[in-house]
Amino acid sequence: MPEPVGAMPATGTGGSIGRIAWRLRPVFLFAALAALPYLLSYSQQEIAVLLVINVLLVSSYRLLTLTGEWSLGHVVIMGVGAYASALLAKQAGVPVPLSMLLGGCMAAAVAALLSFPLFRMKGFYFLIGSFAAGEIIRLIWKRFTDPFGGPKGLKRIEPFPDIETGFLSIDFYEPVNYYFLALVVVSASLFVLYRIERSRIGLTFHAIHWQDRLAESVGVDTFRYRTLAFVIASFFAGIAGGLYAHYIGAVNPTRFSVDQMVYVLVWAIVGGTATFHGPILGVVVLTVINEIVLRALGLDTARPLIYGAILILSVLYLPNGLESLGPRLRALWQRRRGGSAAAGSEPA
Amino acid sequence: MSVHGERPILEARGLTRRFGGLVAVDNFSFSVHEGAIHGLIGPNGAGKTTTFNVISGFYAPTAGRVFFRGLDISGRKTSALAAMGLVRTFQGSTLFQEFSVLDNVRVGRHLGARAGFLSRLIGTDRLSEREADAKARETLAFFELEELAGEPVSNLPHGHQRMLGMAVALAAEPKVLLLDEPFTGMNPEETRRMMALVRRIRDRGVTVMLVEHDMQAVMNLCDTITVMNFGALLVEGAPEAVRNDPAVIEAYLGSATGNGAGDAA
Repeated sequence: MPEPVGAMPATGTGGSIGRIAWRLRPVFLFAALAALPYLLSYSQQEIAVLLVINVLLVSSYRLLTLTGEWSLGHVVIMGVGAYASALLAKQAGVPVPLSMLLGGCMAAAVAALLSFPLFRMKGFYFLIGSFAAGEIIRLIWKRFTDPFGGPKGLKRIEPFPDIETGFLSIDFYEPVNYYFLALVVVSASLFVLYRIERSRIGLTFHAIHWQDRLAESVGVDTFRYRTLAFVIASFFAGIAGGLYAHYIGAVNPTRFSVDQMVYVLVWAIVGGTATFHGPILGVVVLTVINEIVLRALGLDTARPLIYGAILILSVLYLPNGLESLGPRLRALWQRRRGGSAAAGSEPA
Repeated sequence: MSVHGERPILEARGLTRRFGGLVAVDNFSFSVHEGAIHGLIGPNGAGKTTTFNVISGFYAPTAGRVFFRGLDISGRKTSALAAMGLVRTFQGSTLFQEFSVLDNVRVGRHLGARAGFLSRLIGTDRLSEREADAKARETLAFFELEELAGEPVSNLPHGHQRMLGMAVALAAEPKVLLLDEPFTGMNPEETRRMMALVRRIRDRGVTVMLVEHDMQAVMNLCDTITVMNFGALLVEGAPEAVRNDPAVIEAYLGSATGNGAGDAA
């Protein structure tokens, strides 16, 4: 598996305390994620919710790219989940948590259907084909005011129901609470995505990416596996869409346009797609840059320009993405440490 | 020489494949008997590789039929053919270059390591995966590659990569193995080792059909040889008969009267 060795600790350098700390890093991570909203302002909390949803969006996108196909329709697929969940809740009265799940299923079903025309193509043709398919879906949303609401989309979507028990009362209108809800859903989804990648299914996806003819020759039905990757990725994009729709309370076709897709691509490319954490790193770092640094400088309207610049810089100077930065720095640090240790042991 | 089964395990009848105006394979028939090592030779451009691609399902035949164990398999998908026991290798070092040696062979165990989606997710496929790993290592041991299991493929010398390509195919447990130029780019020592391996694969009960340019290897290894020229059957027979056939000599060297330039093999 091309899961790189970058995640390994620098063995024997940190001492036992360092090693225990390394072992406990999921605990630290969760503690940090739990503390995070309380360190943020109200508007930053809202951004944190969207960030968590975007983490699922870009991670699900990566699963599709494992087979070597890059789609331009992923955000539209997220929209399918959002529209489906919103409509089910608004018009059919389906309870919201269930409607989100069904929204994911709807996105998966649309992907399964689209597989038949789309996976007759590969590479660049698939990219363009997926763009066209996405635009068709968006045009359907725009054209059919009933039930999709036309260009204005859907408004007043049912919020996630409050939890009211005797001593526990959670109002999901509060960004902090929705943040934790999204965190739980997204963590569970990421766990499933991770398990898939580490299983033989992931191995087969990678195999199709590198040599689809060879994979096919030993019995891998490459069409079926490409479809599987597309369907799973779309299911989780749909879940992300549901989380989005019931948080914001409104969806419209413009929200799922190709502009938004470009951001997903930038997150994935800047973060790097070789590892599971690469795209997550990409979306987190770029969101922080955008929402905190640029906003503080009053430059947040220049987001496309600055994202473009970051993309170009990262392709030029960090072609393997942010994920390659850690191992690189570690190697550099070890070399320097090794160098200084050698110098220190030299007799005076 | 081994005892051959009487019925052909693999058979082509009137196989034709056109690419636009070009007839790459033209009404070509042959039959491969069970337990044989069967060579397919011919000058460059004779249509050998196209024939392989049609048999193995990469192209559908324009006309004609392919039979595998008596079943019409013309135009079936490559992966479906692999599941039936017809597996091919590729020219050059077509491998999963970014994988370790072991992972390459593990992909080759795709058909043997069945498990449902959920069991993959929750990890109850562990048993079948352990079995697949053991089988993969066993296959590597057969090719004396087991010490390299953890190496990335890109570190392997060419000869080893060719053997690994065969190991990936063999891990799929074929009944018929189609080898596409297994000896190309090998030195005489490597060729000798590879020939011994091909014989051992046959002795394990796998019928072998191969396309090859190395005449000496083909003549020494094969029980039966089919010679193609311009997409059509020229001669089929035992190596000695083929070697001395004037039509074969003419196809390779041009006619004795010198009116054909010929492309020497």
